[in-house]
Amino acid sequence: MASRLMALWDWFDSRMPSVAEEFRKHMAEYYAPKNFNFWYFFGALSILVLAIQIVSGIFLTMNYKPDANLAFGSVEFIMRDVPGGWLIRYIHSTGGSAFFAVVYLHMFRGLLYGSYKQPRELIWIFGVLIYLTLMAEAFLGYLLPWGQMSYWGAQVIVNLFAVIPFIGPDLALWIRGDYVVGDATLNRFFALHVIAVPLVLLGLVAAHILALHDVGSNNPDGVEIKKIKGPDGHPLDGIPFHPYYTVKDIAGGVLFMMVFCAVMFFVPEMGGYFLEYNNFVPADPLKTPAHIAPLWYFTPFYSILRAVPPMFNSQFPGVALFGLSTLILFLLPWLDRSPVKSIRYRGVLFKSAVAIFVITFLVLGYLGTEPVTVWGQFGSWLGYADVATVAARIFTLLYFAFFILMPWYTAIDKTKPVPERVTM
Amino acid sequence: MKKFLVALFFIPAIAAAAEAGYRLDRAPIDSRDLLSLQAGARTFVNYCLNCHGAQYMRYNRLTDLGLTEAQIRDNLILTDAKVGDTMKVALTVKDGKTMFGAAPPDLSVIGRSRSADWLYTYLRAFYRDEKSPTGWNNAAFPQVAMPHALWSLQGERGLEVVPGKNHGPADYQWSQISPGTQNTVQYDTTVRDLVNFLVYIGEPAANYRKRLGIVVLFALGILFIFAYALKKEYWKDVK
Amino acid sequence: MSEKKIDNTRRNLIVATSAVAGAAGAAVAIPFAWSWWPSERAKAAGGPVEADISNIAPGELAVVEWRGKPVWIMRRTKEMLEGVRKADDKVTDPKSEVAAQPDYAKNEHRSIKPEFLVLVGICSHLGCSPQQKSSEEKGEMGADWAGGFLCACHGSKFDLAGRVYKGAPAPINLEVPPHTYLSDTRLLIGEDKKGV
Repeated sequence: MASRLMALWDWFDSRMPSVAEEFRKHMAEYYAPKNFNFWYFFGALSILVLAIQIVSGIFLTMNYKPDANLAFGSVEFIMRDVPGGWLIRYIHSTGGSAFFAVVYLHMFRGLLYGSYKQPRELIWIFGVLIYLTLMAEAFLGYLLPWGQMSYWGAQVIVNLFAVIPFIGPDLALWIRGDYVVGDATLNRFFALHVIAVPLVLLGLVAAHILALHDVGSNNPDGVEIKKIKGPDGHPLDGIPFHPYYTVKDIAGGVLFMMVFCAVMFFVPEMGGYFLEYNNFVPADPLKTPAHIAPLWYFTPFYSILRAVPPMFNSQFPGVALFGLSTLILFLLPWLDRSPVKSIRYRGVLFKSAVAIFVITFLVLGYLGTEPVTVWGQFGSWLGYADVATVAARIFTLLYFAFFILMPWYTAIDKTKPVPERVTM
Repeated sequence: MKKFLVALFFIPAIAAAAEAGYRLDRAPIDSRDLLSLQAGARTFVNYCLNCHGAQYMRYNRLTDLGLTEAQIRDNLILTDAKVGDTMKVALTVKDGKTMFGAAPPDLSVIGRSRSADWLYTYLRAFYRDEKSPTGWNNAAFPQVAMPHALWSLQGERGLEVVPGKNHGPADYQWSQISPGTQNTVQYDTTVRDLVNFLVYIGEPAANYRKRLGIVVLFALGILFIFAYALKKEYWKDVK
Repeated sequence: MSEKKIDNTRRNLIVATSAVAGAAGAAVAIPFAWSWWPSERAKAAGGPVEADISNIAPGELAVVEWRGKPVWIMRRTKEMLEGVRKADDKVTDPKSEVAAQPDYAKNEHRSIKPEFLVLVGICSHLGCSPQQKSSEEKGEMGADWAGGFLCACHGSKFDLAGRVYKGAPAPINLEVPPHTYLSDTRLLIGEDKKGV
């Protein structure tokens, strides 16, 4: 039996040797640093969640109806009448939040260890493109259940485009396909969410991984392992990805699935953060909810958008800063002037900056989930301004300061000597 | 467990409403209490289904509550619907708007959009108000278009709101104008059962979901033991 | 792994982990495959249909929809039942040996009550719906035609008990659906007395 299988494999391999070759190149003979730590799981976990979303998404489209009159009902149909439908729905809703959790942690790893620095700038660029595409995918997908949050969230974001000078209103009309978000919008968002953007996402992920494999992975010490090779031509501090990291990622993947399933089976709504309560009310174009909030993963940027007051009679500066807050990520490889990659060998300035940035991101994120009145008002000395708005403005400044001041504080920061070999 | 997981993240954001001022009572519901759910189903069908629909809930799903299809057909279907049909209401949206000013919303997922606590508080917070079109108002939902559907059970109550001193909380002074067929304890139980039922129809698969979750987590735990052992075995090589 | 020596611990661990993982994988696939079974809505729509048979005149055919298919209820006269007996030697399966009917319809008249014939009005050949041809229409159907049905698509002929004539492309008799009488005037199609 075994020899028959071997013969079958030989028949295949002699006709399509590139399968075995690519496996060798990207897995069995791809030498990755041996000191990968906890932060290095999240790339593989991102791929896992992508696969989960695709499979659960496909099965949802088997019963979902992208029609303004039928959409909300079709989701409840899936939850109640389709055998196992409720499970598929919860996989997809939990997976959406899981995707961002995992991607944010993956990006944070890049920040910690300078993975975006030369020669890996292109990997970072593909990564930021993936992140932006993922935000688009999530935004498009969120309209589909056609609840109050779906509808009004889409209405607000599409109206942002209307704020762009000169072309704005026409652009918004063109995106919507109608004067307000409606059936036309729903149908095209469905097509984009189900097939167009996932294809883009898959292409970008492939480019991201190929670019990585061409250069080789970074590691928590920021040491370039290819500099010191052994007699066999392989980096001394490297180990073949397969079997070492396949087996480690499988274990990490199972642990991740335990956390994922704990959430999905016991707290799928996560207190209204993963499935918003107001989205169980069917979309009503005539009734705006008292409190529109995007899902948690957009809230830091939403906070920034809300914090910026109108300038020159236009909301455009707010929208522009909102856009800039994500686009500025592209510049990270060039803003960082430190000769050292990893935070382990950086000075107190960079470490403080990262700590402040994390706090900023979390505070802005929290504020974005709440109405602006959540922290009350100041007294007359500050014009009864909302405390939360003032806080959001301060933290918005801190957010941008992290990037804008980076060329300065990374250049003057006192760094520690970087070792020749990785530390385990 | 649920509260711990939520506390790990931010404080939950409850959908804000104009009625944010009125304190919510905790709904003492037990989703596994089948008798409570059956009582709630009976109340729902007799008092709510005339104006409200539950268009995503199928009658025959109520076998979850320990009822047979015959029992459902005989006791819970008051229209000519078949047991496999959904709990639709005869009142059209247009008629509802004309009669009440706002169409009575479908209640299939009201347990998910409004919390159990809110529903429990709301259904016990109606009071007589001469100034309103229906003659009723509600402390948890001011100016609500809905009259007190359960008034015959609770009786008529009056409310006087005394504003708090120094911007403190207001004092809600309730009075019983005329009695209903149930006393306070009985009415609270009726409402508790009804809210239990509303939460159930919001997600009929909820109890099964939790039971399945335990099994899945256990199975994944076993898989993790093997996967981790495998990892450790291979990584012996790496120094 | 440069040595050819077999590491049994490693091999056993791989096999064991793969087995558990395979089981887990199969378990994951189950809800997805399960979701393809008919939904509650489809099952409810496919539920039994009640028909009032008090209005059917003798010799008349009523049509009722069940699971998207036409179901014929024909109130046969004495002459029609005679016609059934006359066709015994002209049909392929006169005793209804092939299972195209429930046990209680495996008789001479292929029904519970001789007076009422209940058939799924879909030709057993390729699915067209045959038309009723009364015994009057001897010109078209032949001199010894005792009444029945003709399928226009490929010419299959059926008698007044839904039995297929010899020489027809249709292989078996017309299907008798499960049915039961709730009363003398109410017929339930889609369910037997003992349940579906």
